[in-house]
Amino acid sequence: MVAVEEKSAVSTPAAVEVAYLRRATKNYGAHRALDEVSLSLRAGEVVALLGPNGAGKTTAIKLLLGLLGPDAGEARVFGGNPRDAATRTRIGAMLQVARVPETLKVKEYLDLFRSYYPTPLPVEHIVRVAGLAGIEDRLFSQLSGGQKQRLLFALAICGDPDLVFLDEPTLGMDIESRHGLWQQVRDLAARGKTVLLTTHYLEEADSLANRIVVINKGTVIAEGTPAQIKSRVSGRTIKCVTSLDEDLLRRLPGVTSIEVKHGTTVVRSAEVEDVVRQMLALDTGLHSLEISSPALEDAFLALTKGE
Amino acid sequence: MTTMTVAPRFPLYRKEAKYEFLRLLRARTFTLATIGFPVMFYLLFGVVNSRGHEVLSASKYLMATYAIFGLVGCSLFGISVTLSNERNLGWLEVKQASPMPAPAYLVAKLLTAFAFATIIFGLLLTLGLTLGHVTITGTEIRNLALTILGGVLPFASMGLMLAMVVPPQAAPGILNLIYLPMSFCSGLWMPVSVLPRWLQTAAPIWPTYHLSQIALGGIGFEMRGTVAGHIAALAGFTVLMLGLAIVLFRRNATAS
Repeated sequence: MVAVEEKSAVSTPAAVEVAYLRRATKNYGAHRALDEVSLSLRAGEVVALLGPNGAGKTTAIKLLLGLLGPDAGEARVFGGNPRDAATRTRIGAMLQVARVPETLKVKEYLDLFRSYYPTPLPVEHIVRVAGLAGIEDRLFSQLSGGQKQRLLFALAICGDPDLVFLDEPTLGMDIESRHGLWQQVRDLAARGKTVLLTTHYLEEADSLANRIVVINKGTVIAEGTPAQIKSRVSGRTIKCVTSLDEDLLRRLPGVTSIEVKHGTTVVRSAEVEDVVRQMLALDTGLHSLEISSPALEDAFLALTKGE
Repeated sequence: MTTMTVAPRFPLYRKEAKYEFLRLLRARTFTLATIGFPVMFYLLFGVVNSRGHEVLSASKYLMATYAIFGLVGCSLFGISVTLSNERNLGWLEVKQASPMPAPAYLVAKLLTAFAFATIIFGLLLTLGLTLGHVTITGTEIRNLALTILGGVLPFASMGLMLAMVVPPQAAPGILNLIYLPMSFCSGLWMPVSVLPRWLQTAAPIWPTYHLSQIALGGIGFEMRGTVAGHIAALAGFTVLMLGLAIVLFRRNATAS
């Protein structure tokens, strides 16, 4: 897929809030799907909603799209009600769909959805960006799982919306399609568009999002940059061969655990730079130094476990 | 840049209707059932039974009633099955999240039902005039065409109402359980006068009965009741169906 590079750095102030949920609560019968969730989307940022199945991610998106009304609290998009027609022309959405009418062609779907928007993107542009070249004349029923997802992505962006919702966009895609779609999300952001995506793939959130909102059982349990979310676990890990003993290491700043295995010492600390500086000063013979961040997955599991 | 905040309406409605029609036309199970059955029944029971050039022949009677059978089928199935599927399997949400105006969606389904009803009527009329030796005047053709087009409304409303209650997988089965007995009991397959007496007495409960009486009256057959009475019955039925559809839609919306 081709990157849209010439349009980067659109002059949108990063602080402009384009959509928000404010203390939004949604019940399905006796089940509380969302409990006073607040969520803010600012222009040009990519926000990932992360959480296990049934956490309330899709419900949050549906509230922002106006497909559901909150039982309490508020959902606003571009300062208005997401149900207003004029607001909707600035939004695109890729939702999880079990079945789509199968006897229409790719190009017919594009033609139809383009007609919903006042200033749609040119067909050639959409086809190129969504990776649909060569399959425009295929019926929906003849598409592979990944191609179906790419068509749904194409329908979400065909109106050139300022705000794009992607609910599990890469589900069922092969690696190549997935990376293609990631590039498209980055290009959307580079053009000043705002993207909210939900995903099961933690790697996806890590590589795409400016900000991650972790949600579990209907409440936001953590929010921050991927780096901040990762640091919510026990910091980073130092691995090296050193003659320093465990008692001394334990007194270094922020150290949470020490492990010595086959002559290699593994130290976990929230303040890894300070620890390394002191270790290097104390042990000039220290070698084989490695510093690693915990995978986002570890952070995610730690955050969603327990309460 | 443009100051337009919404898409132009006419092309939007036209495309919505065009693609709704196209996708059903390409769905073979739908076209075979809704167009194929009335045509096949007419060939078997109407054309085969035509004897010479009587003015009020069985082939003329059945041409009208199978056209109604056809319009009820495409209105019920074309709206109920598609809507039930789209509502329950997520596609309707994609459209609702888009700037598509809700009336465009419903108008497209209604226009598609009109189109299929017209196709079925055209085919039956052609078969009747050629193979069925039907004698029919221009005025009678006009009366019949108007009845058939007007008849789409009550059954489209019924389709809308049923879409709110039937689950997608069971929709075709449930619809057939309503559609086929209703067609038989209201005299679409054979004249009401040859049905058992209790069925004749009960016939006015079926909306198809009222529509077929208007159609038959319009092409020279003796009509039971009055045109005004039948129109009132169909109008009442339409209002009832639409009202129920709205109530059920709201109930579903709050339940989910």
